Amino acid sequence: MDFQTPETTLANVPTVLRADGSADPATDPGLDAQLLRELMRAMVRTRIVDERLVLLQRQGRIGFHIGSLGEEATILGSIAALRPQDWIFPCYREFSALLWRGLPLGTYLDNMFGNEDDPVRGRQMPDHWTARALRIGSVSSPIGTQITQAVGFAMAARHKAEDVVTMAFFGDGATSSNDFHTGLNFAGVYRAPTVFLCRNNGWAISVPTAKQTASTSFADKGVAYGVRGVQCDGNDVLAVWRTVRDAVSRAAAGEGPQLVECITYRLSGHSTSDDPKVYRADDEVTAWRRADPIARLRRHLELKGLWTEDEEKAWAASCEAELKAAIEGAEKKAPPALSSMFDDVFAERPWHLEEQCAALLAGPRAPRGH
Amino acid sequence: MPQMNMVQALNDALRVEMRRNRDVVVLGEDVGKLGGVFRVTQGLQDEFGESRCFDTPLAEGGILGVAIGMALYGLRPVPEIQFSDFIFPAYDQIVSELAKYRYRSGGEYTCPLVVRTPVGGGIRGGHYHSQSPESQFIHVAGLKVVCPSNPYDAKGLLLSSIRDDDPVLFFEPKRVYRAARADVPEGDYTIPLGEAKVVREGQHVTVVAWGAMLYEALAAAEQAATQGIECDVIDLRTLWPLDIDCIVASVERTGRIVVVHEAPKSCGFGSEIVALVNEKAFLHLEAPPVRVTGWDTPFPYTLENEYLPLAHRILPALVETARY
Ligand SMILES: Cc1ncc(C[n+]2csc(CCOP(=O)(O)OP(=O)(O)O)c2C)c(N)n1
Ligand SMILES: [Mg+2]
Repeated sequence: MDFQTPETTLANVPTVLRADGSADPATDPGLDAQLLRELMRAMVRTRIVDERLVLLQRQGRIGFHIGSLGEEATILGSIAALRPQDWIFPCYREFSALLWRGLPLGTYLDNMFGNEDDPVRGRQMPDHWTARALRIGSVSSPIGTQITQAVGFAMAARHKAEDVVTMAFFGDGATSSNDFHTGLNFAGVYRAPTVFLCRNNGWAISVPTAKQTASTSFADKGVAYGVRGVQCDGNDVLAVWRTVRDAVSRAAAGEGPQLVECITYRLSGHSTSDDPKVYRADDEVTAWRRADPIARLRRHLELKGLWTEDEEKAWAASCEAELKAAIEGAEKKAPPALSSMFDDVFAERPWHLEEQCAALLAGPRAPRGH
Repeated sequence: MPQMNMVQALNDALRVEMRRNRDVVVLGEDVGKLGGVFRVTQGLQDEFGESRCFDTPLAEGGILGVAIGMALYGLRPVPEIQFSDFIFPAYDQIVSELAKYRYRSGGEYTCPLVVRTPVGGGIRGGHYHSQSPESQFIHVAGLKVVCPSNPYDAKGLLLSSIRDDDPVLFFEPKRVYRAARADVPEGDYTIPLGEAKVVREGQHVTVVAWGAMLYEALAAAEQAATQGIECDVIDLRTLWPLDIDCIVASVERTGRIVVVHEAPKSCGFGSEIVALVNEKAFLHLEAPPVRVTGWDTPFPYTLENEYLPLAHRILPALVETARY
């Protein structure tokens, strides 16, 4: 698998959006104008948030960000194709899923600052959120672990005769993890209604996909487990929507698990801790900017008369204003209460945690609190 | 003499040994072109080629299993696990295989390899980039466990570890990685495994620490001295096998011991040290042994400085123990 240019990488991969902005009539999923515009707005908003969070990290105002620059179509197209009752087992780049399903931006920012209102109570790094009410799982750092869990969750829903599909997001690197192989195997054996959504963005930190696998595609890996595997152009939101909707329908109809490989590209570094210049040619990044998923949808919508430059400007301005307010709100909130550190280890605090909490509260404060 | 931080000293140790011994190979996630996310393996692929320093697929169990196979054949692999928080997919290979090969084969097979892995908090890494799992490896018979506190020791201990005929878990305190530079001799030198070092002398309280917390223990000892309390501060350097003689000799003089570590208190390595002191120096004790540690919770993000046993929490323990 070679990611040198989008044209060569995507040459044989199903696409809907053509270079001139038109949709291939044979594969156009025919989304209505409202959904198309919502997708456009969500992608623009996601990028604005991503770019601002990188700046905040550079300014030392947040500790970390792991973003989705360039992968907006893969993430949003997938989520938009799920049914409301379906559950998401996220990786760590899918904050746009939270926002798509209605999480207030301020709550996401609370997590970025790890403050008292952070849903994970300042316990995890930024971008490690949780949103059960939105049917979105809790993010953890260890790669791949959510994949098997998504399978079990889907099996449990079926056990209760409930019509639920689970979608596990993971990267190309994660396909080397034990949980990827075990997850596909279990799902194949039990015909679990799970969609395995591989965001193949070309890189696992500094390791290119070519060094991750000798297979010609990640979708191929489904074959060995009896799982249907398909690829699509992950920078084409219509292709993503169409492929994922088909996979979800099949899983829901009892056709068994589905592996979807979205080929996209990580335009940024791995995270704010990474410097990709050490290992990645600028030419490659420049080439992939040509396939920018936002530009591709914009062209399509403009062609259809559904989007204008003025509209985008106005929308971006309102996103900026919303973001500014959310940042200011989250930044001035207090850190989580000291005693909260001892909550949620168990349902109730055993004696040793009561003792330790009392010792912390009675003792001196750390000199460099946040 | 060149000045190096710990990252540079470790890099230098790997270079020295890879030049000396063609059987030393480095493998792991991002260790090649990038040189590791902390840059400890920087430039090794350029100098020694891809066959001796290579990126692996993202699978820690694979990294360890493959490294064990290479060691069985006679190589000296030095696998890197990117963060010790991510060592658990390899736990089966380490616990069931690596630790037991020599014993289960009656000494026929050995696995001389060194697992290098960054450890500990203090870099705002939250749950999964901060943990200190050392006792989970010490508890497994057959593994040596090392944790240096400074660049000089780091180089000498890594060279000894690679030459050791038993498997070594080499924990690198990432809070110290770039914290300070020190004199590090060029070329080859070793620091024997199993030898602790008294880094500050005093007659009132023995303080045992390692890795990043050594500096907190030293800062607290400094402050205690202004109250007339003089501490004997021991840097363990090798956690297992433990230099128990060094600790007992100190406790026989002070009658008091405080152990400091980042890992949670319960079943942490401090528990073992205190138990051994009770067994071997009970009649010398003037005060109950004390552990100043991380709390028995997962490692937090925002409140990490309230979680870590920093000097502000060590000092009261020293004073109370001295005045007991
Ligand atoms: C078990 C485990 N090993 C190593 C890491 C360190 N790590 C974090 S992200 C990453 C690369 C992941 O690549 P990929 O799966 O392609 O996802 P992407 O970041 O590209 O979205 C690595 C090695 C980890 N988090 N968990
Ligand atoms: Mg990737």
